Amino acid sequence: MIRLNVNGHVHEVDAEPDTPLLYVLRDELGLNGAKFGCGLGQCGACTVMVDGRAVFSCLTPIAVLPGRAVRTIEGLGMNAVQHAFADEQAAQCGYCIAGMVMRAQALLEHNPHPSEQEIRSTMSVNLCRCGTHMRILAAVRRAAAAMGSALVVKP
Amino acid sequence: MNAVLSRRGLLAAGGGLVVAFSLRAEEVARPGSLKETPFLDAWIRVAPDGRVTVFTGKAELGQGLTTALLQVAAEQLDIGVGQIELVTADTARTANEQFTAGSHSMQDSGTAILNAAAQVRGLLRDAAAVEFGVSAETLSTGDGSVRAADGRRIGYGVLAGRLNLHVVALPNSPLKDPAAYRLMGTSMPRIDIPAKLTGGVAFVQDLRLPRMLHARVVRQPSVGAKLVDFDTSPVERMPGVVKVVREGSYLAVVAGKEWQAIKAMRALTAAAKWQETATLPDEATVLDTIRALPARDIPVLTWKGAAGAPVKRLKARYTRPYMMHGAIGPSCAVAAFVDGTMTVWTHTQGVFPLRAALAGLLRMPPEQVHCIHVPGSGCYGHNGADDVAGDAVLIARTVPGRPVRVQWMREDEHTNEPYGAAMIAEVEGAIDADGRVVDWDYGVWSNTHNRRPNVGGLMLQNAALPEALPVPPPAPIPMPEGGGERNSNPIYAFPNARVVSHFIPEMPVRISALRSLGAYLNVFAIESFVDELAEAAGTDPVEFRLRHLQDERAKAVISLAAEKFGWSSGKRGEGRGFAFARYKNLGAFCAVAVAVRVEHETGQIRLGRVVAAVDSGQVVSPDGIRNQIEGAIVQSASWTLYEAVHFDRRRVLSRDWSGYPIMRFPAVPESISVHIVPRPGQPFLGTGEAGQGPTAAAIANAVRDAVGVRLRDVPFLAPKVKAAIGV
Repeated sequence: MIRLNVNGHVHEVDAEPDTPLLYVLRDELGLNGAKFGCGLGQCGACTVMVDGRAVFSCLTPIAVLPGRAVRTIEGLGMNAVQHAFADEQAAQCGYCIAGMVMRAQALLEHNPHPSEQEIRSTMSVNLCRCGTHMRILAAVRRAAAAMGSALVVKP
Repeated sequence: MNAVLSRRGLLAAGGGLVVAFSLRAEEVARPGSLKETPFLDAWIRVAPDGRVTVFTGKAELGQGLTTALLQVAAEQLDIGVGQIELVTADTARTANEQFTAGSHSMQDSGTAILNAAAQVRGLLRDAAAVEFGVSAETLSTGDGSVRAADGRRIGYGVLAGRLNLHVVALPNSPLKDPAAYRLMGTSMPRIDIPAKLTGGVAFVQDLRLPRMLHARVVRQPSVGAKLVDFDTSPVERMPGVVKVVREGSYLAVVAGKEWQAIKAMRALTAAAKWQETATLPDEATVLDTIRALPARDIPVLTWKGAAGAPVKRLKARYTRPYMMHGAIGPSCAVAAFVDGTMTVWTHTQGVFPLRAALAGLLRMPPEQVHCIHVPGSGCYGHNGADDVAGDAVLIARTVPGRPVRVQWMREDEHTNEPYGAAMIAEVEGAIDADGRVVDWDYGVWSNTHNRRPNVGGLMLQNAALPEALPVPPPAPIPMPEGGGERNSNPIYAFPNARVVSHFIPEMPVRISALRSLGAYLNVFAIESFVDELAEAAGTDPVEFRLRHLQDERAKAVISLAAEKFGWSSGKRGEGRGFAFARYKNLGAFCAVAVAVRVEHETGQIRLGRVVAAVDSGQVVSPDGIRNQIEGAIVQSASWTLYEAVHFDRRRVLSRDWSGYPIMRFPAVPESISVHIVPRPGQPFLGTGEAGQGPTAAAIANAVRDAVGVRLRDVPFLAPKVKAAIGV
């Protein structure tokens, strides 16, 4: 049994320690957001956050995760980044989108005002095949603007 | 009751009536898929509570089809989108609309639903007229009910109870005036996006059925590889393994959990010994190999007319390599064999053809195979979707009563999907002293572009199984749609032209339909060569195109793209390129203008501003059209700049994204803007494949403009460009 903190809840998981986090999220916890894309860390479809950083869940064995906080798209609620993706209609097939949202979330938490080049360079880890890139970039910019203004109005 | 006799009734009534019925069916041209599936209740049903179910035989592939069809149905029925349940491709429930492909969904299914919905609304209104004792013209519809001028109203559900919708659609429908549309032509948010943004169940990959098992396949490492005997028992003892499936050279493993299946698959892969033969061509010379293979020459067109004397004659050859669909999510299917029936949840593009293919593979009657479409990762044509369904059924048959989920690994998808065909186009043209094209001679060499399975012999597993089924020979797709010759017929009004499609039956590499089929290369070739001729004529390329066009809609799209881009005639050397095509010369019109910068030091082509204009006929969702065209531009740019499948004489070497790089964020254009020419009331023309060809040629033309180099062989890899620039 391995204790995992996923989206603020602690789960006792009955899986072998070498199991990549992706399969535990999908098959043990019933979460759909993180997707299998390559199993090689080349496409980012499986991206989730661990202690605030974007990681490839397909390459992260659960053995290294006790004591760390895992966050998936299911744990975001419907936040500014997701709203921005919806507002931009930034999906075609949508298979890559949860991974895109998680990488954008991690970026904006660390760098609330990224430049265009910083956005492109951070997002370059994630692949999209439908060619939705321009909308995804627009969504990240929109989310940054929304989160930025939210910071401004905070007392 | 005024119900028309059903087809079954006629069949029961005797042969003479059947003949009469068929003759009548031929006389009237019902719109869209109503031709093949004429009964209204095959498309629309109204429940007593007024809820409406709409059926389509097409599938959501990520192109936004479901939202568009809901808009169309709700518009013509005069109800809210929320009152409709949409059922998509399912062999037990929907019309057989063959494949969701070829930018045909709006033309086929959209048109059928548009007309069926209008006719159903008309029948409901007529029923209300009888009820109220007034003429139908005095009635209005809205919010799921029919209203009389005096304020009386009656719900669709009540009316539907008095109607028989199992009637054959009429050829003409009481369509609403496009000027009164409230939903069609507006950008309704896609209904499938919220689930995809919140981790909802959105894909076949997300299906979890009770007692479901997970399986993985150990694929033949190369075409024709034979599995040599080996000991499977160590793998059978691994944790969670339910069984190893082995039939001839077909090898798979089933386990309780997905990761257990993957580990067992890896152990099997390590243990399996294969006898391989070199069946693949030499990649370095593959285009010449294809060009030299025996071909069947199919004349596409011959035009002969009066023309000026030729003063300049040009000749060029354009090529593309094998290319991948490259879905981000490897193909997946779930199958369950229960009480003699095989049920398959699949992201195939054609549930009915796949059912026939799976039935063949299983040696079962098709009636006992039920295929249900569930969206998968974008497919862009015939990828691994059908073949993984073949895996799921073969494995599920060995564990009756237990659903089996199979997802391919990345390497499975990269090395086993049927690729887009390598192709060659050779063109020769001449201009006269006035800068007009007087002669055009075009030949295209290609395999078929359609090996979609509709029989078991076309499934990937067939060759691995002990008793292989016969494999039907490859066939060309006839014009006007065409396969390799799609869009080989120029849209320009050339006085003399000859176009021949050299169809090559022998396939050195397994191929099938990749988005836009032959149109990608043919449009790339034609639109590059038109630029070459324009340059020879000393004419601005946009002006040159307009000079040779008669179609007003084509001209309007070209003019709009040029205007929005800020194309100014005669201004050269700034890295601007333009291209245009009408998809299949039957579908959407699309013009693309791009700005590029070429890095002399590296040969990298950097994409700047991209402006496109499109005419897709009646617009359902403007944003849906923009999204499709933006996607076509980026995907085509990726094909054009980077993509080629690599192989040695035995195996495919492009096994993952490092061996088959595609476009990533830093390389996408600075901006893309898509402008739509609205055509209210015109037929739907489809959109999904309109932009790929023009984008490739526009990039090549822009590179020529930027650095004086003419690129004719896709992909435009940086080292090749650098060498061509010669710095």
